[in-house]
Amino acid sequence: MNEVIRICNLHKSFKDVHAVNDLSFKVNEGELFAFLGVNGAGKSTTISIICSTLKKDSGKVYVDGIDIDTDSYQIKQKIGVVFQNSVLDKSLTVRQNLTFRAALYGIFNKELQDRIEYLSTILEFKDFIDRPVGKLSGGQRRKIDIARAIIHNPKILILDEPTTGLDPQTRTIMWKVINDLRKKLNMTVLLTTHYMEEAVDCDYVVIIDGGKMVAEGKPYELKNKYASDSVTVYGINEEQAELIGEDYQKVVGGFRFIIKDTKLATDMIIKNPQLFTDYEVTKGQMDSVFLNVTGKKLVGGDK
Amino acid sequence: MKTLFACVKRNTILFFKDKGLFFTSLITPLILLVLYSTFLSNVYKDSYTMIFESQGLSISKEIVDGLAGGQLMSSLLAVSCVTVSFCSNMLMVQDKVTGAHKDMLITPLKRSTLGLSYYISTTISTLIICLVALVACLIYVAIVGWYMTFIDVLLTFVDILLLVTFGTALSSVINYFLSSQGQISAVGSIVSSCYGFICGAYMPLSQLGEGLRNAFMFLPGTYGTALIRNHAMGGAIEELSKTASPEIIKALKDTIDCNIYFFDQSVDTSVMYVVVIASIVVLLGAYVLINKFAKKSKK
Repeated sequence: MNEVIRICNLHKSFKDVHAVNDLSFKVNEGELFAFLGVNGAGKSTTISIICSTLKKDSGKVYVDGIDIDTDSYQIKQKIGVVFQNSVLDKSLTVRQNLTFRAALYGIFNKELQDRIEYLSTILEFKDFIDRPVGKLSGGQRRKIDIARAIIHNPKILILDEPTTGLDPQTRTIMWKVINDLRKKLNMTVLLTTHYMEEAVDCDYVVIIDGGKMVAEGKPYELKNKYASDSVTVYGINEEQAELIGEDYQKVVGGFRFIIKDTKLATDMIIKNPQLFTDYEVTKGQMDSVFLNVTGKKLVGGDK
Repeated sequence: MKTLFACVKRNTILFFKDKGLFFTSLITPLILLVLYSTFLSNVYKDSYTMIFESQGLSISKEIVDGLAGGQLMSSLLAVSCVTVSFCSNMLMVQDKVTGAHKDMLITPLKRSTLGLSYYISTTISTLIICLVALVACLIYVAIVGWYMTFIDVLLTFVDILLLVTFGTALSSVINYFLSSQGQISAVGSIVSSCYGFICGAYMPLSQLGEGLRNAFMFLPGTYGTALIRNHAMGGAIEELSKTASPEIIKALKDTIDCNIYFFDQSVDTSVMYVVVIASIVVLLGAYVLINKFAKKSKK
């Protein structure tokens, strides 16, 4: 797979604060890549450096093979960004917003009309293309934010906390649009978020804390490594729970056993089939991964 | 060039679509005109009448009205060209507040192009508003006592053009360092309340103490005010010179700042133009350098 972003030993400080500390990772073409971290972890600083709007202290950044130090102009042509807060001009119409944005990339006349026509079709905003942005719903605005970010047909779409502060319905619309886009355009998407559930469907996840990478991998790999599975057995009493021979905790209507992996659940069922008449096996969650990863750092330094 | 045009178009449309911003900018000179004509017009007329009577001159009411109207017009326009430009240039700061500025810089748009677009669009917006104010002032002067020639009107237009360019350059340099709505409101308030005094619009410099007068002579706005005053009042003074002696005319011109002095050295009209144009060039140069310097520090 081709690498579209490669970051090597990136450092950035603001006075005494080491915002990004020796960060290295890569993003492959067509991937949905999640960049997780709490506020202040260094996500937005890294994004700003990738977008060439912030100078790095040291390290290397390559976008589609181009060194950011040598040709930031080319890199800007390859990146589209959707920020947490919509920066559309509310008193302008959707068409005016897109026309202005296209002009910044040198797209005019026929090429512009074709591009707007194409985007309004795939993102389904023809009905309100001549309406002022200020009169659109939250979901409609988010669509236009995305259309604006990809008006120049970039190779990489960066979503910087795109769903923070949105209501559940708008978040659903946002994700539908992103998933449709990926299917239709095979676009690489770099997502920064602090919603762990949004990282579950990503191809690859990097977790940063205090400017440092603390974990990386595919979501299932991270779950296996950092989150525990659990088996909840209903309709048994405490004596029966003790028979199973694993640590447990009482929950409403039954007992929950925290287990290392799913294979152990199978062993438990085979050994005590008479007890497993009503039960559920739950895979570890991404939020557990994050808590465990950053928790380890808090109590004992790096993972 | 097409990208610059698109940025200018966007900024200008946003200014005129923001009803609050546009009407506040437009109404300020018109309110000033009403306030001046209501409260100050009679004060000006009375002082002219007193001066002429003390010299044993009998001057017609029309000339006195023409002089007062011209002084009022020049004061109002001199202030408006600068204060309105600060109001019009708010978009530059608003874009920082909303994040639009940062968003534009992730595109291949150059900082210099963006900076230039703010400058051009602010000049256009301010000029439109000041020309509306000029028309209102000309109508007022026509009603109270018209002595201006076509050349005077043309030169007043040129003065406005220069002062708007100057005001926009000044506001661009200052606003560049602002990053919140509160800051721009504070700066706007300070400029609105102070500029009229320091440029000699609200009160002629001749009425001030020597130290203050000499200090204000280092400010280019003073020369702009004197230019507009000469052209707005020139016709009425010309008419007056038919009955008054050259000494009286000189004394009058000294009193109302048509003649200004840099440490006792009389400043010619052509020098006034040179000072205003030079200050525009210096401010624009500073604006370009600031944009360039910011680029180096962040990128």
